[in-house]
Amino acid sequence: MREKISAKRRIINAILNSLVFSAALIIFVLVILMAGYILFRGLPHITGEFLTTKPSMVRETVGILPNILNTIYIIIITIMIVLPLGVGGAVYLQEYASNKKAVKVIELATETLAGIPSIIYGLVGMLIFVQFFTLGTSLIAGALTLVIMTLPTVIRTTQESLKTVPQSYREGAFALGAGKWYTIRTVVLPSAVDGIITGCILAIGRITGESAALLFTAGMANELLSPLDAVQSDNAGSTLTVSLYMYAKERGDFETAFAVAAVLLFISVIINVSVKIAKNKFKRGEEK
Amino acid sequence: MKKNKIVDIAMRWLFTVCGFLSIIFVIVITAFLVSSGVPAIGEIGIREFLFGTTWASTAKNPEYGILPFILSSVYGTFGAILIGVPFGVLCAVFLAKSSSRKASSVFSSVIELMSGIPSVVYGLVGMIVIVPNVRALFGLPDGANLFSAIIVLAIMILPSVISISQTAIQAVPHEYEEASLALGATKTETIFKVTLPAAKSGILASIVLGIGRALGEAMAVMMVAGNVANMPSLFKSVRFLTTAVASEMSYSSGLQRQALFSIALVLFIFILLINIILNFVVKRERK
Repeated sequence: MREKISAKRRIINAILNSLVFSAALIIFVLVILMAGYILFRGLPHITGEFLTTKPSMVRETVGILPNILNTIYIIIITIMIVLPLGVGGAVYLQEYASNKKAVKVIELATETLAGIPSIIYGLVGMLIFVQFFTLGTSLIAGALTLVIMTLPTVIRTTQESLKTVPQSYREGAFALGAGKWYTIRTVVLPSAVDGIITGCILAIGRITGESAALLFTAGMANELLSPLDAVQSDNAGSTLTVSLYMYAKERGDFETAFAVAAVLLFISVIINVSVKIAKNKFKRGEEK
Repeated sequence: MKKNKIVDIAMRWLFTVCGFLSIIFVIVITAFLVSSGVPAIGEIGIREFLFGTTWASTAKNPEYGILPFILSSVYGTFGAILIGVPFGVLCAVFLAKSSSRKASSVFSSVIELMSGIPSVVYGLVGMIVIVPNVRALFGLPDGANLFSAIIVLAIMILPSVISISQTAIQAVPHEYEEASLALGATKTETIFKVTLPAAKSGILASIVLGIGRALGEAMAVMMVAGNVANMPSLFKSVRFLTTAVASEMSYSSGLQRQALFSIALVLFIFILLINIILNFVVKRERK
């Protein structure tokens, strides 16, 4: 076979093949080098003290405990609000909605939300939550902003997994005399739980990586906040990403910035692995 | 029985409200942006605002022309697409058609890692690695310019370009490829002459999505583009629409602050247009 191809074709084939291979190789090396560089610059500065204290002007030490806690607070508040709303929205689209036009408009709106840049969310969050609802620059205002931002993610993944719940499950429940809500609560949602978890993890990833939407809503403070402070207005606090930005851009403290970047890299690896595990479970459920 | 029925009706209402939440949010966001963005445009004058070439918001006689921001955003996005898309499509071909399963699975994990890295981390690496190298390579006084921003954005849009293109390539019916192979085309010729043209609209969608990403990125651009309100030029420090909003927000007041909301409104309209194009492309593909 091979001999029948003309020399010109063989050369073009070889060029195209090597283009594909080298593009993949370049990106592969680029990412590995980048991750390696971040760890190389950041890891030496990650110490027990760095992770468990707040920055102190007097002792001239930096610590990122406030930022770690703020990130966790914002994740918990956001997920607690967005999860019921997003799952509810997906249930409506998949189980209740009978008007096709309404579904189309809702899906269009969800796609629009997904496409809005985070800096615009930051601005609108500031207008709505910080000013209009007078929450002040606070963790709670930041979390509420992120609720709007992560809603499309939760709706989409939940909807995907609701679609895979076999129709016969619902029919079986109805045949036994169960009401609609009872069926959803006891049959449909439990079968879709893996997809809901995937959506949750994806949302957590989005929240952890977010910075532009939080700059003007959650603020830039580095004070230690208790969980009780976190849900009150006017308690500003920066997450890990915002603190990275502040250390790098405003203070020129690149050692600390790289250390935070290394921590963020670890978190995103953990999130990636969790998504994979959740999705694998999801797939296995489908095969059953 | 009656109680169950009441609960059923209540839950139906609750779910309906959740369902319409997306629409409500879009309307609220639009309303807030329009109501806080329009007054300044009215005061400055729409022509002066959109086509004015000078932004001097803190000067004695302030000027609010955002053409430099619009053009920087457009050029920066265009440059990122020009570099990022060919790389992305080639990588997607590698992922979809590579003969080694192990290689493509390792590579797709790397791409996933890439998409999970926060934008400030890209900004940081750009600031420390790309900016000084651009300065040294081209003998410039400062490496924080449009060129550095394009490089960083090109890397940042890769994961979305790759994943959408890959899905499109894999969705091409096998019969097309088998027919081409049966006619004597090699595997490579089949991919480039049959599979890629067949996946055209999916790849187009990935490009539009990439445009949206690049246009909307703020933090990474802020860290590498130098952030001066110049008319764009490849080796000049520039400000994008996104960074124009972010850089002055914390200390702005009065008309200056209102003008920042107007910039956000312009950016929002750009993004809406891109969403409409994306919808159009995807819909045409489904037909």
